[in-house]
Amino acid sequence: MAALRKTFRINKKDFIHAGEASISVKNLLKSLHVDTKLIRCVSVCGYEGEMNVVMHGGEGILSVEIDREKVILEISDDGPGIENIDLAMQEGFSTATEEQREMGFGAGMGLPNMKRNSDHMTVESEKEKGTQIRMSFSMADEKGE
Amino acid sequence: MKLSEIIDVLDASIWVGEDQLDKEFSIAGAADLMSDILAKLAEGCIFMTGLVTVQSIRTAAVSGVGAVVFVRDKKPPPEIIEMAREEEIPLLSTPCSMFVSCGRLHASGLTGLDGSR
Repeated sequence: MAALRKTFRINKKDFIHAGEASISVKNLLKSLHVDTKLIRCVSVCGYEGEMNVVMHGGEGILSVEIDREKVILEISDDGPGIENIDLAMQEGFSTATEEQREMGFGAGMGLPNMKRNSDHMTVESEKEKGTQIRMSFSMADEKGE
Repeated sequence: MKLSEIIDVLDASIWVGEDQLDKEFSIAGAADLMSDILAKLAEGCIFMTGLVTVQSIRTAAVSGVGAVVFVRDKKPPPEIIEMAREEEIPLLSTPCSMFVSCGRLHASGLTGLDGSR
């Protein structure tokens, strides 16, 4: 199959619609009969990424590219950037506000979860410019078990 | 354990899933922080939470959760019921606390998300 690419907007501070892009990606992969474990990994990574953009970032984009061998998920935003990526990758580290925690987020598991559920992940961030995260998922691998 | 038995054990009301009463469950998890469910293998589980938001349903949808239970008698608003219906995720409310809900399901034989008792 030729590569299929779809792009979704993520709106700053929009908690009501946050996650809709990931649900669309999940439904798209389901319609393509992709392995259910892989669908879960991609959806969880997309959702964690979307929530990060809504909580911490600016305006954002989630894009997915699917071909026979792999799924590529890219999430970018034009927010304040991640000051210390190594620190942000540690489980439990969070800069979420009390209000965000009351909504069920800010456990400091987002980036670690994305790394765990993807085969390869890169994070690039520049202060006041934004953040770009790229994750790849092999169609052949068994993940998450 | 069937969804119908879980409804009995938790004295629960059912909002979505009347057509899935024979659906079988063997694992359960409880969390008010969504990443705690997203980080685990929650596929097919009973997900108990006190957080009645659209994000509880989206978390369930991306994680492959088998059913959502709102504890402490929290009733979902129509948009949450509609979302669960669209995602075909059974949705229950129980008057039990989180502690008692977990205790009743554990006593009925369900295990944690990692299979532990």
